[in-house]
Amino acid sequence: MSLLEVIDVTAGYGETDILDNVSIELEPEEIVSMVGPNGAGKSTLLKTIFGLLTPKKGSIKLQNEEITGFSPDRIVRKGMGYVPQVENVFPSLTVHENLEMGAFIRADDFRDKLDEIYALFPLLLKKRTEKVGKLSGGMKQMVAMGRALMLDPKVLLLDEPTASLAPILVGMLFEKIVEINRTGVAMIIVEQNARETLRVSHRGYVLAMGRKVFEGSGLDLLKDEKIGKLYLGG
Amino acid sequence: MEIGGIVSYLVSLVILAGIYAVMTLGLNIQWGYTGLFNIGIAGFFCIGAYTSALITTPMPTGVYAQYVHQVFGLNLPFIFGILGAACVCGLIAFLIGVPTLRLREDYLAIATIGIAETIRVIFNNEQWLANGPRGLMGLPQPLQGWINPRDYNYLYVIIVLFILLVIYWAIERAIRSPWGRVLRAIREDERATAMSGKDIFYFKMQSLVFGSMIMGVGGALYAHYTKSISPDVFTPLYGTFIIWVMIMVGGSGNNKGAILGAFMVWGIWIGTKFMTDFLPYTLKARAPYIRFLLIGILLEIVLIRHPEGLLGEEKKVSKMID
Amino acid sequence: MAELFVYGIILGSIIALGSIGLTLIFGILRFANFAHGDLMTAGAYIALFLVTGLFNWLGIPDKNLGFLSFGWRMIFTFPVSMMAVSMLAILLDRILYRPLRRKKSGNVILAMSALGASFIIQMSVLILWGADSLFYKPGVLRPALELPLEIKIRPDQIFIILVVFFSITALHLFLKHTKMGKAMRATADHPELARITGINTDRVIQWTWGMGGAMAGLGGILYGIDVQLHPGMGWGFILPLFAATILGGIGNMYGALVGALVMGVAQQISTAYILPTYKPAVAFILMILILLVRPQGIFGGRS
Repeated sequence: MSLLEVIDVTAGYGETDILDNVSIELEPEEIVSMVGPNGAGKSTLLKTIFGLLTPKKGSIKLQNEEITGFSPDRIVRKGMGYVPQVENVFPSLTVHENLEMGAFIRADDFRDKLDEIYALFPLLLKKRTEKVGKLSGGMKQMVAMGRALMLDPKVLLLDEPTASLAPILVGMLFEKIVEINRTGVAMIIVEQNARETLRVSHRGYVLAMGRKVFEGSGLDLLKDEKIGKLYLGG
Repeated sequence: MEIGGIVSYLVSLVILAGIYAVMTLGLNIQWGYTGLFNIGIAGFFCIGAYTSALITTPMPTGVYAQYVHQVFGLNLPFIFGILGAACVCGLIAFLIGVPTLRLREDYLAIATIGIAETIRVIFNNEQWLANGPRGLMGLPQPLQGWINPRDYNYLYVIIVLFILLVIYWAIERAIRSPWGRVLRAIREDERATAMSGKDIFYFKMQSLVFGSMIMGVGGALYAHYTKSISPDVFTPLYGTFIIWVMIMVGGSGNNKGAILGAFMVWGIWIGTKFMTDFLPYTLKARAPYIRFLLIGILLEIVLIRHPEGLLGEEKKVSKMID
Repeated sequence: MAELFVYGIILGSIIALGSIGLTLIFGILRFANFAHGDLMTAGAYIALFLVTGLFNWLGIPDKNLGFLSFGWRMIFTFPVSMMAVSMLAILLDRILYRPLRRKKSGNVILAMSALGASFIIQMSVLILWGADSLFYKPGVLRPALELPLEIKIRPDQIFIILVVFFSITALHLFLKHTKMGKAMRATADHPELARITGINTDRVIQWTWGMGGAMAGLGGILYGIDVQLHPGMGWGFILPLFAATILGGIGNMYGALVGALVMGVAQQISTAYILPTYKPAVAFILMILILLVRPQGIFGGRS
């Protein structure tokens, strides 16, 4: 039984279908990448998994429990976190407050968790009383991920985490991703930066035109020249 | 009540419903076709009425001039009053539109509230303009020599309905033209019309101006029916809100709906009068408020249950497009 | 002129109670609450009912406190009336605005619904109390103190400024330090992200209406104490309220405060040059100017 199963999902906005019969799996503590050209439906798939979009066909299961059609606030309570590509932090709140909001539904004392997150992102500790809106893109991304981690999710969905980052920071971000994974969080990463993400992934999927066209281990997909030329930008 | 009395009462109902139908048609161009949220209808109602009044009455002279002040008085026939009302309203709409039409829809709404309020306050305070709070009285009625005063309303109702039909016909022709299609496209999705911001502005302005001109005509018709007007006639309630209820009940984006809504809501309004006639004496003075409360509740019910109104939007606007 | 300035601050602080609530609602719910002025009316008249009706019947004493024009009844009335308006605001959201939001009805339909609610409240007041102007305590002499610069100010007005100051401070502390306050700020930033984070946006919305309503109600009562009550009082505030909110930047609480003070002062000072009945027009013209010159407001909120 996989941690997360997406089975034959078709989804879209209004009349148009963006995803066409897509099936993927995620095992516990795995990093899975989703790559492919623009408009392939990668972000849409994440949104569908997280309940921001209801699939027209197919089903989604988390730890063998049906979560198809659940609203995001139910899914977040089931142990899944989501970091959107844009608007992923609260700009007028401080770093510390953003993290506090991440823990909104926790009824317990989450100071230990806060310490963990600050240990993971030491730069955030220094800036914790600053308004996030004023921080750089890299810091914002760290806040966004920290926020999602406050609930100890089993599954973390990341939508193009390097999109707003300067190239120098990309490597650092993926280091953090590996660190987070080592604490036991399984992740699905949608990325334009295909090579970087496949390098750290256990497995990967290539999506194009709303369909799954390839799957395999991260390394295999990386080494495959054909895929490289067609889908990964040469 | 004898038959004569009933018929005469119905005729006066139809006159007012017809006048409100003209106002609703004007609003339909602005809201139904271009999505302009105009909460300042009362302002155009007021200007239309006053313009026509000033054009059709003579300047007060002699002793009379001590009691009545007007900025001008041309003593021209009714037709000039109507045309003047339309033109002045159109001009004022243009001037208002220049600074406000680029605003977001709810900001535009607030601006229109402000405009109507300002207009009312100006007419109320500037005595030299149109006699301030006392207003103008003794307004002439078109063709009033033709028929004896007691039966005059029978003539006026024909005039009102005739003008209503002319306006309806003119709008229907305009909407079916290429110009009309662009208007509807703007309402559906501004960004998708792929026109430059300047062109959209131009179309919205045309819609604002034409709609206001029609409202001006409605104001003129009102003035010559009641023969006397003052600023407190054109309140947000009677001059704006009730017209919105009419258009939402009848169906926005649909001229037949606009007319239907006007007649229906006016009928309901009059109907509530009969209901409140049964109230105990102590509440009688509050009857108009109770009636308006019901109209307000009607609007809310329509918005929640059936926002497209009775007739909904017109489906086929052009025979060439489906 | 200095006196007009001070009266402007007093009027401005009453406007501020309304505009702060309005900007919170605008920021979190993204719609123009045309009924906000009438929430002020509701507060004033509920207070009237309590002071002259219920608390009278309950026998609460009403001797004037010190130099103020009201007594213990009014003191008890403040929290009760504010709670009532809170509940009214939440109720309106439940019956009207929430169903429309669920249907994704669009800003204009929501605003229209608020307009309808505004008239319903006004009509209710007219039915229950009629159209005349009323006072909490008719015929009460209102002694004035004299300050330097020949400014006459009544004790009531000092009370008003203090109350407004404390309420705004309390609100500030609430938004800054409580969990719900932070959640409200977060939802105002990005409502969708708030949902994703697990914030209970329904509760946030309830609290927003509750606080906005309470502040508006308080403003209405204070205006009733300072000037008078009449059914159109709230509607007459609509233009200054929106002008203040826009001036300060949508969603910006401190901007709304500054905007309100500016509006109050501008309106009062204008009476030195033009008739007082033109005050709403002054607010309106200022608003148009801001929308043309800097639509995001002085402090920049959402535009």
